Amino acid sequence: MTPLLQVKGIEKRYGARIGCSDVSFDLFPGEVMGIVGESGSGKSTLLNCMAGHLEPDAGQVIFGTRADGPVDTVTMSEPERRMLSRTDWAFVHQHARDGLRMSVSAGGNIGERLMAVGDRHYGAIRDRAIDWLGRVEIEESRVDDRPSAFSGGMQQRLQIARNLVTGPRLVFMDEPTGGLDVSVQARLLDLLRGLVREMGLSAIIVTHDLAVVRLLADRLMVMKSGHVVEAGLTDQVLDDPQHAYTQLLVSSVLQV
Amino acid sequence: MNEYNFAYLDEQTKRMIRRAILKALAVPGYQVPFASREMPMPYGWGTGGVQVSAATLTPEDTFKVIDQGADDTTNAVSIRKFFENTAGVKTTEETEKATVIQTRHRTPEAKLRKDQIIVYQVPIPEPLRFLEPRETETRKMHSLEEYGLMHVKLYEDISQHGAISTAYAYPVKVSDRYVMDPSPIPKFDNPKLEMDAIQLFGAGREQRIYAVPPHTKVVSLDFEDYPFEATKADHPCDLCGAEDSYLDEVIMDDAGNRMFVCSDTDYCRSRREAGHVGRLAEENAA
Ligand SMILES: [Zn+2]
Repeated sequence: MTPLLQVKGIEKRYGARIGCSDVSFDLFPGEVMGIVGESGSGKSTLLNCMAGHLEPDAGQVIFGTRADGPVDTVTMSEPERRMLSRTDWAFVHQHARDGLRMSVSAGGNIGERLMAVGDRHYGAIRDRAIDWLGRVEIEESRVDDRPSAFSGGMQQRLQIARNLVTGPRLVFMDEPTGGLDVSVQARLLDLLRGLVREMGLSAIIVTHDLAVVRLLADRLMVMKSGHVVEAGLTDQVLDDPQHAYTQLLVSSVLQV
Repeated sequence: MNEYNFAYLDEQTKRMIRRAILKALAVPGYQVPFASREMPMPYGWGTGGVQVSAATLTPEDTFKVIDQGADDTTNAVSIRKFFENTAGVKTTEETEKATVIQTRHRTPEAKLRKDQIIVYQVPIPEPLRFLEPRETETRKMHSLEEYGLMHVKLYEDISQHGAISTAYAYPVKVSDRYVMDPSPIPKFDNPKLEMDAIQLFGAGREQRIYAVPPHTKVVSLDFEDYPFEATKADHPCDLCGAEDSYLDEVIMDDAGNRMFVCSDTDYCRSRREAGHVGRLAEENAA
């Protein structure tokens, strides 16, 4: 099978400080990769380099495009990359307000990506928005409400719907459950797991929360000080951590 | 009037503005930045339009100023006086006789000719600003032709009001490329934007000039199931009987009696002079 995404030797420095260095992995279609580590471990820098929000100093992020096959997204033109990020890619921010338009209705938020790629039938756009509200467990009656009237958990579910409506093949998620109450987190995780399975999504999830990767990720990379210190199948890494740092992470979560 | 250079602005400033105008004409619908000058009138009084007019007028021109269709508002009178004093040009209220027309909020009903130039006063030139306040981002959206947001605005209109409620400053796509704010003209005027005359748009506070050259394709944005409509009050003019002109609704008395009259006062007057009679004019005659 051809990888959907090939990450090769990604490095990002901030002056003398290393953001992340020498990160390589393949992501296959339908696979979910978890990236864990503490804050400052470089996991967010890596995610932003892969998603095109930051320009890496070295390395390639090769994505299997529908039209042209594998293309290095680091060197592709900005218009191409922006088009990719509106169609085949999606990005779920930790804070829903960073990923939503707070002054636009829920339906408008979901419809934006459809309109961005040329959908011009109001009724069809609205129908799809309502369908997606249902899929993220938001009542149809809220379609014309602004997200500012939503709870934190609903805002995050709306952000997910807004991202998935164009049927992206790769979803980047940055601490998708961060900042939410534990009960709200559990519901969101169940929802995400259902969507990932149902849509056969490929995803890269950055989190400090091992429960999130336990539930969602097929494979896991553990980062420390900008480097990947351990990688493998999620259950293997969490149940039998080899690196001392991973052992520390796992044990600290067990104490909670 | 000797204390001023012709049309108030110095020649160097006018050349700078003319360069911006030429660039705007070369790239229809694109907002060209220019170094807006202090004018002896407050922003909101059409300083952008005044500067474009100043750079466009020649001593041989005949100048007309329209404010919401009328030539006799304070705003229109003061701008007309300004150029009478500083440029000594002839002025007129007749659309037909004008060679340069500065306007706020309307396009004349009369079909403009290729030897005429119309200058629109623009308060906010950026059509994307409603949903994206960051200028760096809107500039990028224009350069990459990312205009999905314009339809989000129209989507919001329909979901809130059951129809596209945007009645003024209705966004258009110019020459299949740039999305443009046609200034706060009623959407009734949008179809007229494809015309024989040169159309220039000046925003003073925002320091932008843009243009629609003659015979340029101008399409009002819409949805397949909510097509653009150039609506007006469903009524003939009560003074001249015109059924094809944009109307203002005027409250006549405390009893709530109303009349509809052409917003374009020159159009209405010329029709009445030609013998056309509306409902209220008939009653008065009877
Ligand atoms: Zn009339």
